[in-house]
Amino acid sequence: MTDIVHPIAPAVAVDAAQLDHLREMARRIRVEVVRAVNHARAGHLGGPLSAADLLAALYFHELRLRPDEPAWPDRDRFVLSKGHSSIALYAAMALRGYFPVEELLTFDGAHSRLQGHPDMTRLPGLDMSTGSLGMGISAAMGMALGARLAGRDVRAWVMLGDGECQEGEVWEAAMAAPRHALDNLVVIVDHNRLQQYGWPGEGPDGRIPPQVPGELAAKWAAFGWRVIELDGHDMAAILDAFARAKEGDGRPVALIASTVKGKGVSYMEGHWYWHTRPFKPEEYAIAMRDLGEPESAAAGAPAAQGAVR
Amino acid sequence: MTLVMGRPQREIFGETVAALADTDPRIYVLDGDVGSSTRADIVEKAHPDRYLQMGIAEQNMLGVAAGMATMGLIPFISTFVSFAVVRPLDQVRVLIAQTGANVKITPSYGGLFTGQTGMSHIIVDDYAIMRAMPGMVTVSPADDVEAAGALRWAAAYEGPCYIRLGRDAQLRVFDDTHAFAFGRAEVVREGTDVTLITTGGQTGRTVEAAALLAADGISAHVLHVATLKPLDVEAIVAAAERTGRVITVEEGTVIGGLGGAVAEALGEHRPTRVNRIGLQDCFVQSGPNDALLDIYGLSSSRVAEQVREILASS
Repeated sequence: MTDIVHPIAPAVAVDAAQLDHLREMARRIRVEVVRAVNHARAGHLGGPLSAADLLAALYFHELRLRPDEPAWPDRDRFVLSKGHSSIALYAAMALRGYFPVEELLTFDGAHSRLQGHPDMTRLPGLDMSTGSLGMGISAAMGMALGARLAGRDVRAWVMLGDGECQEGEVWEAAMAAPRHALDNLVVIVDHNRLQQYGWPGEGPDGRIPPQVPGELAAKWAAFGWRVIELDGHDMAAILDAFARAKEGDGRPVALIASTVKGKGVSYMEGHWYWHTRPFKPEEYAIAMRDLGEPESAAAGAPAAQGAVR
Repeated sequence: MTLVMGRPQREIFGETVAALADTDPRIYVLDGDVGSSTRADIVEKAHPDRYLQMGIAEQNMLGVAAGMATMGLIPFISTFVSFAVVRPLDQVRVLIAQTGANVKITPSYGGLFTGQTGMSHIIVDDYAIMRAMPGMVTVSPADDVEAAGALRWAAAYEGPCYIRLGRDAQLRVFDDTHAFAFGRAEVVREGTDVTLITTGGQTGRTVEAAALLAADGISAHVLHVATLKPLDVEAIVAAAERTGRVITVEEGTVIGGLGGAVAEALGEHRPTRVNRIGLQDCFVQSGPNDALLDIYGLSSSRVAEQVREILASS
């Protein structure tokens, strides 16, 4: 597949301080994910943690946006098609200044703007409501197409899960977008190699990954996309891939980001059963220690069931 | 009394959207590869840059429309009712209805007249499905004149709406001076013995049925409900009070459709006996239009016959 690009030379020069800042933002996204899910005793963990570095790079480096003017017409669009990882997006948005970080503790609660799955009618700054898998890519395609038709210099970014790529709608969009030559549309696949439960097999915990190695890159390339494979936890590689994604050649771009489900928490990494599950207190303490926040571990006893959150 | 045939609503769709696009740069038509059937090709010929082929992929098409709407554009959907309502139902629900996207779901081939296609293409539960969906306006114009008015109204309305259009000509109910009145039901014939409440392409045949009933000495009051949601409860209550006896007539399933809507409204506001003429929990076979109307009891004469039977047995 000649279309699949494996970056060798960096496309962007980023200084070490900037990389350190983005890595710190990714760490803080993970901390807030763990804190909020523990507090809500609900929500997903594995997917939000695998997506954290990519979201940090988007919200603190790549996207043209104005947190104090969320409806700014010329902002870049971002759609979290894998809507069940909402808490990671909320954490990135809070840290970026869309709303107070303390509000993250309302996640998943009644009347919260931070619904279990993203609801654009409740939270300014969300570009689409998502959660039913496979849909976000179509909406993002409409944004990219609409931007071109309306003469706006806007790029539409959309993050899909690799399990989500089992949805037929994803491939409807994959087939349609190249027909409209939407090189302002960028798909990021959070390729963490696990889905909620998965097929039985010889993989980790007796389940096999959603795709065989190389399958996703080959499929997107075969559908007419420019494909870039990258390590979704290597911040320099992420920035490099983002820069290359903007070198428009008439084709939409698919970034296949290899990630680890549950990244950053030792006992979660690579285990499907941490897709979504409440913490035991000792598990929460270990998670916070793993993420470099030992002092938060003791303070974070879960909210009692039925408590206002 | 027999009504004359109007023009096919699908042609009105193409012509009206093309005319709207003349003056409004936000208007586009998204086609699920049936533009030569739904007459989106009229838009394409008038404005090649406003016609967007989306291929045979309706779930994606409805999602793309939602995304375009967030960019300030106004997409009109071109496909068949079956592929705009049931196939992409989840996309319509999550991306369009929930977000309040300014998308115009305007498929044709609604009701029984689909060019002899059969059960896969003939969907009769669209009224029930769309009016049950939170935030979704549901409209079913009677004829070509009202279809044009409804489409022009939809372009100006800010938000999602569903307009059922037909493939073939419908009986002409309104003259050229008629203005589509969103949210208002209209009395199309005055009467005193029984109230017939009807919608969409069935309205013309219901009016003809009322004329047949008049010859038998039965005076039927006919109320046309073009907007199924929001429902004109006041007009329905008034029409029920007029005769004290209500029969609904629709080219759709009576479960949750117009019959369901009227029964709900009257049950709550003015308990009145309601009988429902329409499709009775069945899939529809293919066949010529007249044959289908006869089989499913929706021709003018078959409606009159059922009304007589209902009145005689109660």
